[in-house]
Amino acid sequence: MLHDNLVWLAKSAGLFYLVALSIVIVAWVYWPSNKKRYDRAAAAILQDDDRPLP
Amino acid sequence: MIEQLTTIERQRALVLLLAVTFGGLFVLIAGKDEVLGIHGALIMLLSIAAIFYVLAGYFAPEPTAPREDSYYDEPAKAGILLAMGWAAFGLFIGDWVAWQLAYPSLNFEAGWTSFGRLRPVHTTSVIFGFGGNALIATSFYVMQRTSRARIPDQLSPLFVVFGYNLFCLLAVTGYMMGITQSKEYAEPEWYADLWLVVVWVTYLIVYLRTLAHRKEPHIYVANWYYLAFVLVVAMLHIVNNLAVPVSFGSAKSYSLFSGVQDAMTQWWYGHNAVAFFLTAGFLGMMYYFLPKRAGRPLFSYRLSIISFWGITFLYMWAGSHHLHYTALPQWVQTLGMTFSVILLVPSWTAAANALLTLNGAWHRVRDDATLRFMMVAAVFYGITTFEGSFLAIRAVNSLSHYTDWTIGHVHAGALGWVAMITFGSIYAAVPWLWKRESMYSPRLVEWHFWLALAGTIIYVLAMWNSGIIQGLMWRTYNAQGTLAYSFIDSLIEMHPYYIARAVGGLLFLIGGLIGCYNVWMTVRIAPPQLVPESAADYPEPTVPGAAAPQAAE
Repeated sequence: MLHDNLVWLAKSAGLFYLVALSIVIVAWVYWPSNKKRYDRAAAAILQDDDRPLP
Repeated sequence: MIEQLTTIERQRALVLLLAVTFGGLFVLIAGKDEVLGIHGALIMLLSIAAIFYVLAGYFAPEPTAPREDSYYDEPAKAGILLAMGWAAFGLFIGDWVAWQLAYPSLNFEAGWTSFGRLRPVHTTSVIFGFGGNALIATSFYVMQRTSRARIPDQLSPLFVVFGYNLFCLLAVTGYMMGITQSKEYAEPEWYADLWLVVVWVTYLIVYLRTLAHRKEPHIYVANWYYLAFVLVVAMLHIVNNLAVPVSFGSAKSYSLFSGVQDAMTQWWYGHNAVAFFLTAGFLGMMYYFLPKRAGRPLFSYRLSIISFWGITFLYMWAGSHHLHYTALPQWVQTLGMTFSVILLVPSWTAAANALLTLNGAWHRVRDDATLRFMMVAAVFYGITTFEGSFLAIRAVNSLSHYTDWTIGHVHAGALGWVAMITFGSIYAAVPWLWKRESMYSPRLVEWHFWLALAGTIIYVLAMWNSGIIQGLMWRTYNAQGTLAYSFIDSLIEMHPYYIARAVGGLLFLIGGLIGCYNVWMTVRIAPPQLVPESAADYPEPTVPGAAAPQAAE
């Protein structure tokens, strides 16, 4: 019985949870206002100042 | 190392080491009738030696310079040197067992040198010794730089590095003495597993505390991968190693799981060890060191985040593809197969993102073997993830499973991807950490690169051939409907490929030894002191407009 319930859960809720999650992630990543943050983050590691910020 | 600790940290180190010494004493007394007692003695002797080491530096003056002015790199340096040491040892054992497969008498008829014991010594040394130390070291390096913050305290990261190496040492010495719980990549017994939990939780806390102190508002993507590695490995390790020891004085324990549940738990662990130890952690390495070395930002930061969520959430379900055609329910096998196929998307996104980052820097790839290590790693990452998705398909797996094809696949990943990105990152990080202009010898880096690449290609091609021949021979029927070949027939066919594989491994080992030498010389030989130039050495300052000849004259 437990096995049947688990199979049902995996095939219904499990499926929709992963689909919903991927939609949320893609929307979040491509949200226009986030672009500046990502560009800054990608460029920030190239600075050569090898010391912590005060 | 000790002179960098404050007095209170030195005292804490001594208390901690005393506690470990007594822990070792307890194991020694409780396990005196078994080989476990030898481990107790080993723990005791090592911590006593460490106590003497701390005492020798105990009265050195405290660090005076304001610590917040610099990153704390001692643990990263120690981790890199230990990683290179484990690489030399693990690759040597690996090549030894490869020769044993071609010439079985090379086990010299001793218990501890038999294939069954040396094989986990090899896998643990290269995966956990070499890979794990490199991950810990580079994560300490990367998390500080990307957070622009120093690790908040100095004792706990040292505890992580040395505690982790104690675990690796207990593991490999245990196998040689016959201590194993027979779970692949989780062979160490309960007491070593408990010790690793303590070390690993400390590691997570060090990581989170440093991130909490960060000066950069955004957490750079490499940290996400490293954190996924730390967090998920903790979870996998704890669940898969749930067991009850026979007694406190016995190394033997019994797993909480049995039968097909045990198999499923083990391969949920095993495949996620590939995913979160050998992939996520090293992707973290790649996402920092590759753009840094190429001098270019990531091709697409957004794609790196999408592939992060894809890799972390999809890998978790892929483990059951290791159990095709077993007692595991069919739908669970299909689930694992499906997720493995979908995994190709985020995996290739990551590989493509790395290679496209190099657009505009290909001349550097040509000239700089360090960057070339990272480029080839990204290519092998793409090849191996494609092959992995392919092998997970049930019909393909019916041919490949239990054959050398699997070994070839694993080594395309381990040698081509994991070791290459690690050597590339180490060659980048060593001069930065030890404040050198460059590696001791760029030519030796070139040698290492070509030996590693040649070794990997020979190894992988040999195992592809061998594996597919094995698979075909095992499924060939004759007119009467019985198997055409016996197992020993297929074994004889394997012999030339086993020699080729051992030769490929030997080239890779030689490359690794050259790397050890090069790193050691870079660390040992201080850069030539620049002679302060006298004022007379400077050219006369030119008066603007007076002496400079005009172009038109």
